[in-house]
Formats: sequence, C-alpha cells, structure tokens
Amino acid sequence: MLGLSRKTKVSTGASLPVIVGIAAACIFLLVGCLVSNIFAQQTVAGLAQGAIFASLALALVLIYRATEVINFAQGELAMATTYIAYQLTLWHVSYWLAFFLTLVISFVLGAVVYGVLIRPVQHRSVIALVIVTVGLFILIDGLVTWKWGADLKFMPAPFGNNVYHAGGVSFSRQDIGVLLVSILSVILLWVLFQFTKLGLAMRAAALRPAAAALVGIRVDWMLAIGWGLAAVLGAVAGLMTEPSQFLQPTMMQAILLYAFAAAVLGGLESPAGSVVGGLAIGVFLNLIGQYVGYATSELRLPIAFAVLLVVLLLKPTGLFGRRQVRRV
Amino acid sequence: MPESDDRVPPAVPLLSLQAASLRFGGIVALDEVSFDVQPHTIFGLIGPNGAGKTTAFNVITRLYRVDSGDVLFDGRSLLHTPPSGVVRHGIARTFQNVELFPTMTVLENTLVGAHTVSRFKREGAMRAKAAEVLDYVGIASVAKRPAAGLPFGTLKRIELARALVSEPRLVLLDEPAGGLNHEEVEALATFIQRLRDDLKITVLLVEHHMNLVMRISDHVHVLNFGRTIASGPPADVQRDPQVIEAYLGGELEAAS
Repeated sequence: MLGLSRKTKVSTGASLPVIVGIAAACIFLLVGCLVSNIFAQQTVAGLAQGAIFASLALALVLIYRATEVINFAQGELAMATTYIAYQLTLWHVSYWLAFFLTLVISFVLGAVVYGVLIRPVQHRSVIALVIVTVGLFILIDGLVTWKWGADLKFMPAPFGNNVYHAGGVSFSRQDIGVLLVSILSVILLWVLFQFTKLGLAMRAAALRPAAAALVGIRVDWMLAIGWGLAAVLGAVAGLMTEPSQFLQPTMMQAILLYAFAAAVLGGLESPAGSVVGGLAIGVFLNLIGQYVGYATSELRLPIAFAVLLVVLLLKPTGLFGRRQVRRV
Repeated sequence: MPESDDRVPPAVPLLSLQAASLRFGGIVALDEVSFDVQPHTIFGLIGPNGAGKTTAFNVITRLYRVDSGDVLFDGRSLLHTPPSGVVRHGIARTFQNVELFPTMTVLENTLVGAHTVSRFKREGAMRAKAAEVLDYVGIASVAKRPAAGLPFGTLKRIELARALVSEPRLVLLDEPAGGLNHEEVEALATFIQRLRDDLKITVLLVEHHMNLVMRISDHVHVLNFGRTIASGPPADVQRDPQVIEAYLGGELEAAS
C-alpha cells in the first residue's frame, strides 16, 4: 500500500523499573518516618508543599495535553485568582465561601482566556501560542499590581495554626489541610475524567480532535472546559500557597518553576506522573534542605532545576511518559 | 407493489454530491464531482492514489469546506453543519490511518462514539449498547484493553464499532481492507454486506482492493485527479476504457 504511514503510540509509561523505584522510595520514606521524628515532620511538610506543586503541574499537563502548549501564565492566573479570593474576604465573605466562589470564577476566567486569547492563534504556530501565554503572564502581573499593589497582603488562615502531636512528632494543621485539599481536588478531577461522559469527551477532544468532532463532540467547548478546570486547579494551588507565602504578585513564580520540574519529571503528558512528580519534588527538596548542610533555601530552585535537567538528559519521557513511536 | 417497475419514481438519494469542487493552492482536489448514493446500497468510490477519494470523505464530514457545489444528506444541505454536527444527521466514518484514542480502552473508544445519541442519556444504556456493538464486530474479548498496541486488524474493528454505536444511516469506510490479510478481507466483505442487509445501513466505501469493491458494491464511482471518469454498476465500470487506462497508468496490481 503506497503512502500508508501509521502513527501509533506505544505505551512505555510506568514501566516496571519506575514502579519498583517509586515503591522503594515510599518504603524508604516510611522507614525514615518511623525512625526519626524530624524526618517524619519534614516529609509531611514536603508532601504539603509537593501537593501544591502537583496541583499546578497537573494544570500545566491538562493544558499541554489539550492544546500542546505550556501555559507560562498558569502561575500568574493562579496568583490573580487568589487575589480575587482576598478581595472577597475583604468584603466579609467567609474564607471557605470565598474559596468556592473563587473556584467558580477561576473556571470562567480560564475558559474565557481560552476562547478570547488562545483559540484565535491555536492553529498557527507553537511559538505564537507561547508568546500569547508569556504576554498573558505580563498582563496579569501588571493588572494585579495596579489593582492591589505589590506589598504583602494577608488572608484569614484557613486551617488555623494548631499543631497536632502524634507519638512525639508534631504536624502543623496547616500542612495537613493543604495536603488534603490539594489531593482531594486532584482526585475529584481524576474521577471527572475517568468516570463521566463529559470527561470521556474531553479526553477524546484532546487526543484526536478531528475524530472527536466526527463522533459529535464540540471540541472547542471541551478545550475551553479544560482551560477552565486548569485554572481551577491553579486557584487551589494559589489559595493553598497563600498561608505560607502570603499574597504578593510574585508568589507563584517560583512555584510555577517547581511545577515545571514536577510535570517534566512525571512525563509532561501524564496527569498521574505530574502528581507523583510534584509530591516527589516537594519531599526531596525538604529532606535535602534538612539533611544536606550546604543546601540552604537559596539552593532550592537550582536543585529543582538540576532535577529537571537530569530527567531531560536521562529519561526525556519522564517517569510516566509515553514515547511516541512512528511506524511506517 | 405496482408491476411497472420503470415508472416508479427514483428514490431520493440519501447522500448527494452536487458539482463539489475543492482546490488546495494550485491542485484541484475535487473538480465538479457529482454522485448520488441511494439508500440501503453499497456505493464504491475508487480511483488511483491522489484521485480525491479521501478528500470527498472529508468534504462530506465537513472537515474540508467545498469551494463550490453542495453536499445534500437526505435532501438537506450539510454545508452549514459543523463537523461535530454531522454525526447527529446520522453519518459516521472510519479513517484510512485509524484515528482512535490510543490511551483509552477499546470500550471507552466505543463509548465515545455513542456520545451524541440522545436516548443513551443513562450511562448504563450506553454501556450496554457499546458492549453489544463490540460483540457484533467480534472484539468483545478485548473490551478492557487499551487501544494502543492491539493488532491493526483489531484497531480497524474498534473504529467500526465506534462508528456503528452512533446508529448511523450512512457509514463512510475509508480503506477498511487496508493492511488486512486474505481471510480478514473475506470476513470484511460479508460484514459490509450484513451492514446493508441486516442493519439497513447505507455504505460509502473507499477501497483499493478492487476484488472486494467489485464484488460487494451496488454502484461504483471512479475518480481520477479529482474528476469523475466513470460511474455505474461494477460490471460496466470494469470494462470502461478510461478506468482501465487510469489504472494501467498507475497501479497494475489494482486492476486484477
């Protein structure tokens, strides 16, 4: 048959060595936590940090899968929506009501960003898309600074400042809360994608737009919903960052970089990978900071980048990535 | 039924291309192509490589926009229907190079096809229908497996299942025999005839496998360089000098 080239994706994701490696890391962490109290505290704090990276990384992956672009404005969008929550609390809306209202507003904002800014350039080049997201980054940064100023702002503490003690180990209630909220939102999203008709249609639209359209899926709407959900995840990440970083226009910039590292570690196309990658980087950075003397907090970002570089050099498809194979 | 068969008015064609033209830059992909597909028939669309067969499919399913001409389905123009609306009219298709959702399971791939069928509001009814169709095309045993990595013949059946689950009136098959072995082609011939006879589905078939097309088609339409060169019953088309010329100039094996 002439001119018949087939493109198939061969799954190499989550291969046996990767699963064994992750299992070994989990056992190591568990043993460490049982042996040392400080280790346990640092691990839980690392998981809480990592869960935030994971949320934002998952937002990046969602958009990468749907639109094949890295949304450089994802962190700034998260920061802006956190300011919206802040504004709501200024208007005496209670914290958790403001939290959920912000998620709704974020969804609409994400979908509108797709419809107004991304869709018109989507079928041009990747460079055009990247430039739009970088422009969006600058736009959001400017608007937020103009509206709320660049100084630190504070929101009510969502989880209080209590500390739990369990067998000599103390966990901050905030860390536990951040971990639970982030992981819960990831799980809810997974359920949506895996078990609902809407989720199925969204996956189809992202995988094969033409074929999806021909089975009756409105691909543009699905992509808009995808951008909306990514913005919701970003808002969760922003709101969960606020208790430790406080509000300022730069609050999500470093976190976006950690999220990049997490997404690449996970394989960039794999939602599960981005979550594992986020948690892994959070825990890794905290433990390195605790046990390696000269790895002070100034080196956290460079270490995250070293992880990113090593992954790109040794296993460009990441832990859960799928290698695209072209069969001719 | 009246006995005077020749005075029965011709049935309204299910699908009608009317002087459809489409050019890509300087290349004329379709040049005033017209044909009528009658309901409950198998309509073979053939021609050498680059003749415009897949282009015609893409025009019908609205992935491409015609520069001039019209596409009528059941008497109504499709030109204002978006690609996602085509299946709601009752048109489903498969692709030459198989356009499945690789990370989804076979069952999920099929469920996606049932997406727009409104009477499947309940997830349960949808799943039951999908399972039934998978059984019909003979791949129920791999329902839970991801599509990626399955044999090519199986992938083609998944695409068929995805098309059939939407309960189409017209199904467009783009080279369903491509990459299949002899036994699989035989099974496919029977299968397509069952679509017409048992399920009352009209089939528009693009295929290079001449033996298959000539054997099962009720009507054959031949394109070459975007232009119609012959149209009629298989026996007539096979004897048409222009068709023989087109194929001898191109693929020798195809004329066998």
